[in-house]
Amino acid sequence: MIKQIILDHGSGGKASHDLIKEAFLPFFDNPLLAEMNDSAVFEVGGKRLAFTTDSYTVNPIIFPGGDIGSLAIHGTVNDLAMCGARPLYLSVGFIIEEGLSLEILEIIISSMKKAIAEAEVLIITGDTKVVPKEQVDKIFINTAGIGIVETNCNISGKNAKVGDLIVINGTIGDHGMAILCQREGINFETPIKSDTAPLNKLVEKILKKTNDIHAMRDPTRGGVATSLNEIAQQSKVGIEIWEEALPFSESVLGAAEILGIDPLYLANEGKFLAFIKRDEVDKVLNVMYSHPYGKEATIIGEVKPEPKGKVWLKSKIGGKHLLDMLIGEPLPRIC
Amino acid sequence: MKLRYIDEFRDPEVARRLLSEIKKISRRPVRLMEVCGTHTMNIGRYGLRGLLPHHVQLISGPGCPVCVTTTKEIDMMIKLAEEDVTVATFGDLMRVPGSHTNLNHQRARGADIRVVYSSFDALGLALKNLKPVVFLGVGFETTAPTVAATIIEAKKRRVRNFSVFSAHKLIPPAMEALVSSPDLRIDGFICPGHVSVIIGLRPYKVLAERYKVPCVITGFEPLDILQGILMLIKQIEKGKAKAEIQYTRAVKEEGNLKAKEVMEEVFSPCDANWRGFGLIPQSGLCFKEEYKEFDVNSHFDIKVDEAKEPLSCRCGDVLKGKIIPPQCPLFAKVCRPANPIGPCMVSSEGSCAAYYKYRDWEIA
Repeated sequence: MIKQIILDHGSGGKASHDLIKEAFLPFFDNPLLAEMNDSAVFEVGGKRLAFTTDSYTVNPIIFPGGDIGSLAIHGTVNDLAMCGARPLYLSVGFIIEEGLSLEILEIIISSMKKAIAEAEVLIITGDTKVVPKEQVDKIFINTAGIGIVETNCNISGKNAKVGDLIVINGTIGDHGMAILCQREGINFETPIKSDTAPLNKLVEKILKKTNDIHAMRDPTRGGVATSLNEIAQQSKVGIEIWEEALPFSESVLGAAEILGIDPLYLANEGKFLAFIKRDEVDKVLNVMYSHPYGKEATIIGEVKPEPKGKVWLKSKIGGKHLLDMLIGEPLPRIC
Repeated sequence: MKLRYIDEFRDPEVARRLLSEIKKISRRPVRLMEVCGTHTMNIGRYGLRGLLPHHVQLISGPGCPVCVTTTKEIDMMIKLAEEDVTVATFGDLMRVPGSHTNLNHQRARGADIRVVYSSFDALGLALKNLKPVVFLGVGFETTAPTVAATIIEAKKRRVRNFSVFSAHKLIPPAMEALVSSPDLRIDGFICPGHVSVIIGLRPYKVLAERYKVPCVITGFEPLDILQGILMLIKQIEKGKAKAEIQYTRAVKEEGNLKAKEVMEEVFSPCDANWRGFGLIPQSGLCFKEEYKEFDVNSHFDIKVDEAKEPLSCRCGDVLKGKIIPPQCPLFAKVCRPANPIGPCMVSSEGSCAAYYKYRDWEIA
C-alpha cells in the first residue's frame, strides 16, 4: 500500500508501475488504457489514431546534446512512433517559474522549433502558466500528440513472439548518463551527450519495408532493462539478452563503473527496441544502417518461450542472471 | 566497445581456463565466504555461482556497511533529520528501514536530506550554509579515511556548522568474530579488495595464523574472483592457511600508509554494535579528543526508544553467513527491494538485494 508519493514513484520503474496500478487504474480503467502502451491506439471514423501525452521536468534544463524543449518534442513523437503511428500534431503546455530569463526561454523554444521541423509535425494548440518562485523548477513542459496508424500495422507491447530477435538502434544509456554527469559535475575529456532524437522518420522507413515488427518501445526512464521487462510481461514471453552484444559508448561505460550504476537502467531519449521476426531482421538492419539514427543498430537478444515474463542476461563468461525492472531511482553507493 | 583495464579482467577464454582448473583440483566440499558486498553483487552479475562445481559453496558475509548498521543507529539518523539541520548521506542509506520509517520518507515529509557522493560534498554544503550540516558516516576502512580527511579540512577551515555521525566499522574484528563462532564453518575468506587497499595484508595474516583459515585478498572483476577462489582452493587442498593477495594491481602488503595515518589522526577504535552480531570489541571508530567538536554527539542529544527489529527478518543470520538469503522466510515474499523489511535487501551491496536482483534460479 502506497501511503505517500516519494521520488521513486517517478523513476519509471517498478514503483511507477505500482503507483499507476494502485492509484490511477482503479479510477480510470478502460480497455484502451489497460493496454499500457506508449500511446493509445483507437478508431475514429474508420481511421486508426494514436494519442499520447508526457510531461517533462529535467535538471539541468539545458544539457549536452539537447534541452528540455527538444526532449519534450522527441519524447512525444517517439511514443507515437513506437505504436507504428505517423505523428501529425502536438499540443504544448508550459508551466514557467517566475524569474526565468527570456534568453533561456528562447533557447528552449528555438530548439523545439528545430525538433518539430525535423520530425515533420506541427504544434497546433498550447497553454502557458506562470507560477511564483520555487513552485516549479524553472520550467516544466507537457506535450500531447496525435498520429495516424496504417490499418495493416499491429505493433503492440503484447505482440512480441517467441523467436523474435531484438534490435536496438544504437548505444545505451547516453541520455541518463549525460544528465547524471552534468548534475554531479563529473567531467570527461569528451562530454557525454544526450541521444535525444526523433525516431518517427526512421520507424516510417522501416515500416515501409516490413510488416513483421511485432513490438517496439523507446527505453526512456527505467532504461532498457525496464522496457524489456514490460514487453516480457505484456507479451507473456521470456527475453534473453547477450552482454557481449550490448552497445555502450566508452565514456558511458567508464562513468557507470565510477558511479556504480548499471547503464541498462539509465534513460535513453533517441533509442528504441524493436522485436522483429527472425528472417526479416537483415532487411530491417539494412534500413537502419542507412539512417543517421540507426547507423549503430545491433541485435542484442532474442525472445524465448520460457520463463514467461522474465528477462535475463547471458554474461560474457557464460553465466546467466535475471535482469529485473528498475526498483527505484538509481542511487550512488558508498564504496 | 572495449574498456581498457577492465575488459581484460572479463575475458571469457581466461574465465573458462580458471573454471576448469578449479574443477580439476577441487576435491573437498568447501564453504568460502565473500566478505564484501561488491563481491556478492559481481558473483551474481556474472552468474559465477552457476559456473562453479556444486561442492564449492559461496556464502556472503558482513561486508555491506549499510546492512551492519544497527536499527538504533538508523533510528537516530532519522530522528536527527527532524531537527533544523541539513543531513548529508550516501544514497544507500535513504531506503534503509528504521523502526518506523526511513530517510526517503522523511525527505518527502520535508526534512532537509541531501544525497552526496563524498563527505567533501557535505563539507561544501556546510561552507555554503549557516545551517548545521551533519554527514552520516557509514562505511568501512574504505570510506573512513576520506571522512577523516574531510574532518581535518573542516578543523583547518574552522567550520563550526559541520559534524559527522560516525557509524564506521572495521572489517577484521568482524571476520575474527565469525571464525571464532563455534556454530559456523568457513573454509576460506575471499577478502575485500577495497578495504584491503587501505589496511593491507597484515590483519589477515593474524587471522590466518590464529584460526588456520586461508585468506585471499581478491579483486572485483570476474577473473579476479575466479582466481581468488582458485588460490583458496589450492591452499585448502594442500592443507595450508596463509594470507595472500590476488588483487596485486591495487593492494600493497603494507596497505595505504597515508590513508591509515589520516584515519588514526581523527578516529580511534572503539567497541561497536553490529546488526546480527551484537557488540564486537574494537570494531568501530570513535572521535579522538582533538576532533570531538565534529562529533554529532557534541552538537545534538539524539534520544530514541529501544529499536524494534523487524519480526522474522533474518538479516543477522545472512550477515554471518549462517543462511543464504533465499533461506529467510521473508525473502522475495514480503521482503523485496521495493518494500524492504531488513537492510540486506536495501543497499546495492546487500546480500539479499544481490540474490534478489540476480535471482538466477528463476531462469535456470
